[in-house]
Amino acid sequence: MTDWIDISSLDAVPQRGARLVKTVHGCVAIFRTGADEVFALDNACPHKNGPLAEGIVHGNSVTCPLHNWVISLETGLVQGPDEGKVATYPARVEGGRILLNAEFLRQRAVA
Amino acid sequence: MTQKLIVIGAGMATGRALEHLLEADPNAYEITLFNAEPRGNYNRIMLSPVLSGDKSYAEIVTHDGAWYADNKVTCRFGERIASIDRAAKTVTAENGDVLPYDKLMFGTGSNPFIIPMPGHDLEGVIAYRDLEDTECMMSLGETHKVVVIGGGLLGLEAAAGMATRGVDVTVVHIMGHLMERQLDEAAGYLLRKALVDKGITVRCSANSKEILGENGKVRALLLDDGTELPCDLLVMAVGIRPNVKLAQDAGLAVGRGIHVDDQMVTSDPDVLAVGECVEHNGAIFGLVAPLYDQAKVAAKTLLSQDAKFVPKEISTKLKVTGCDLFSAGDFAESEGREDIVFRDPARGVYRRLLIENNAIVGAVMYGDTADSNWFFGLIRDKTDISDMRETLIFGPAYQGGGASDPLLAVAALPRDAEICGCNGICKGQIEDAIAAGATDLSAIKATTKASASCGTCTGLVEQVLAVTLGDDFVMPAAASICACTDMTHEDVRRMIKSQELKSMPAVWQACGWKTSCGCHVCRPALNFYLLADWPLEYTDDPQSRFINERKHANIQKDGTFSVVPRMWGGITTPNELRAIADAADKYMVPTVKVTGGQRIDLLGVKGEDLPSIWKDLNDAGMVSGHAYSKGLRTVKTCVGTDHCRFGTQDSTGLGIKLEKTLWGSWTPHKLKLGVSGCPRNCAEATCKDIGIICVDSGYQISIGGAAGMDVKETELLIQVASEDEAIDVIKAVTQCYRENAKYLDRIYKWMGKVGLVWITDQIQNRENRAALVARFEQSQSVYRHDPWAEHVAKAETYQPIADLVLEAAE
Repeated sequence: MTDWIDISSLDAVPQRGARLVKTVHGCVAIFRTGADEVFALDNACPHKNGPLAEGIVHGNSVTCPLHNWVISLETGLVQGPDEGKVATYPARVEGGRILLNAEFLRQRAVA
Repeated sequence: MTQKLIVIGAGMATGRALEHLLEADPNAYEITLFNAEPRGNYNRIMLSPVLSGDKSYAEIVTHDGAWYADNKVTCRFGERIASIDRAAKTVTAENGDVLPYDKLMFGTGSNPFIIPMPGHDLEGVIAYRDLEDTECMMSLGETHKVVVIGGGLLGLEAAAGMATRGVDVTVVHIMGHLMERQLDEAAGYLLRKALVDKGITVRCSANSKEILGENGKVRALLLDDGTELPCDLLVMAVGIRPNVKLAQDAGLAVGRGIHVDDQMVTSDPDVLAVGECVEHNGAIFGLVAPLYDQAKVAAKTLLSQDAKFVPKEISTKLKVTGCDLFSAGDFAESEGREDIVFRDPARGVYRRLLIENNAIVGAVMYGDTADSNWFFGLIRDKTDISDMRETLIFGPAYQGGGASDPLLAVAALPRDAEICGCNGICKGQIEDAIAAGATDLSAIKATTKASASCGTCTGLVEQVLAVTLGDDFVMPAAASICACTDMTHEDVRRMIKSQELKSMPAVWQACGWKTSCGCHVCRPALNFYLLADWPLEYTDDPQSRFINERKHANIQKDGTFSVVPRMWGGITTPNELRAIADAADKYMVPTVKVTGGQRIDLLGVKGEDLPSIWKDLNDAGMVSGHAYSKGLRTVKTCVGTDHCRFGTQDSTGLGIKLEKTLWGSWTPHKLKLGVSGCPRNCAEATCKDIGIICVDSGYQISIGGAAGMDVKETELLIQVASEDEAIDVIKAVTQCYRENAKYLDRIYKWMGKVGLVWITDQIQNRENRAALVARFEQSQSVYRHDPWAEHVAKAETYQPIADLVLEAAE
């Protein structure tokens, strides 16, 4: 029943890097960790809307390029002394392809 | 009426005694201070960090000219006392001045012992005692060989300091293992292994026979087994002898040192002595803690107050980065003594406790000395350990419940636990200082002196601050690179070189990184170190670079970028300007700005448009200006002899040549140059990282300027006659900076640590300069190219990987 959208091959996103997916309501950042896990988050830091996809990925976190806020890729929660949360969306890898849950688009459309 | 006090020797003991005296009663004495060294009091035990480049001389001065002036101490530095007439109570200075005294205080210190073997008077044979010796060692580099005789504390600190500078060092030690007075054989072995890993050659059980020379200068050390060890410098660090000559001539009672009683008074009631020159109850003193106690007593005696000097248990820590070593008490084996030993070979940890009558009498720790203060407390207080004997060796965390957090261990220390061994400061005194308003390390240093001497307790003091202040105290991260590792930048860099670590995973593994793949703080630093040290072997990792260097443009607050094409030496053409104008129109660049580095900034370019705008600029013959990099930015110039009526040389031409030579290079921080055609300095060269001022006779090259958060004027490195030589010098100094500076240190910060003298020596030595230039060129063979052109070829990576706008519309 769940509807997964094939986004791209895993190789299109560098290890410890990110690429963007355009949607009607702004960009979603697709992150790939050093362990080849994939996460999808809004491409905006809760602090000053910094483009998270341009940050440095380490472990399962990314550091915002503007003011070094560290955000968990798993939960979207801001780490350390700062507070805030980034919206996360279900993503997975299957057969070397990155898949995003279609549900998220509808949720975003509503939100 | 004010009495006259004459002090002989401005060392750590007399310095401290004067502090106590002036604090208690600033008007008791009119003070005259003689010192044979041409300077005031500095922290002699910090010479090793100066040698290794961790500190500068300025940082270890304890009393500067202003202090002496404020306290009305008459200074006669660089002057010796010729004789003393105790009957008349006068001293005669070298220049013949006769000065009367009411009280006289000796602080003549000690002389390094020079083994009187053949050749000991050759040039290039030195001791390790004062700033001159240290500077002599600091002038050496990778092309030099040094032999250190003596494997004790001082000899090893000297050896390690020079090894850090790339010097080929051999330590020759007469005993079977290193530091035999403080360490047992097993700890000596671990220490030796650590030093060998740092590239130091260690020869134990080696007897020196003769120092061989050539033209009056040292050439090699000959051992009695016939081995010749070639060297450019020979350092003798085999011990000290109290300096008693003057006291002896004055007829004072002298043994090995100047005899003093518990009040620090010599055989003459008006003459006192403190420090390394004294002998008290048959003992002489070489470590700083008892000297400070003596100073306190001497000050009270001078004020006719009661005080008594009681020698205390002392402990030793070695100040060599990466060798954690602690020793205290007595550890000779004898009847009735038992050992508890703990080893963890994998971690390189060794601990040994000597127990006598249910109390610890000695402790040796290697590799993990975190609990050393706790053990030292048990030794000093002669605590009965029978109840905790089974778990004793594991440290305080295992006594009555686990506590792995180091802060808990510090929190559990009693108020009288000694934190600063040098100054005898207990935890309670630090807590009191915090209660009185001290909220950071420097305030604690200023009010209690804790950690102000050798500095090894800095971490503990900070932990006391953290425990007492809670969240109000932010632990300074100066020590390690980041939370991923306990190692400092310097440690890691040394590992990269000595262990030939050529990839990031190799560094993480060998240096015990605590995270899977580092963080945004350590990865850019490691990427730079690997790139700088292994330019041909290591491949740059874009994912470990800050976005600006990954995308070769500067990110702006709204996520757009700025694009700055290179204008060599600030020179452009109508065609280039037309291409820039066209690009600005085509990509709807909202802001076009002229920069301080003599070029044009296009601000507000969308990330997706970067490859296309680069392509357009490339087509017009322009390349990346690296306005975003920790690397060469611009070379600012004036018009020089081309147009200016004052110009002495072709400053524009030189600027262009320099920019074409240096562009693309990565450095620890950004690198900005300026070339001015005459001393009117229109290119503002003297506030750049490297500045060149052209003069009639050639080129003055100066370094270490800045005009950012700090504003600094450059200091003259060298003047050369020709343009070619100027370019070589600049390549060499850039390479030297790249190989030695900490990531994110501009040249002026690096210079503050290693000293301009050391840098000048590296550059002035022709052979060394040529080697630096060769290594610079080797690295540039990889990096002197346009990153924009390269990225145009992979333009698709700048676009989104998928466009779901239509899907959502369904």
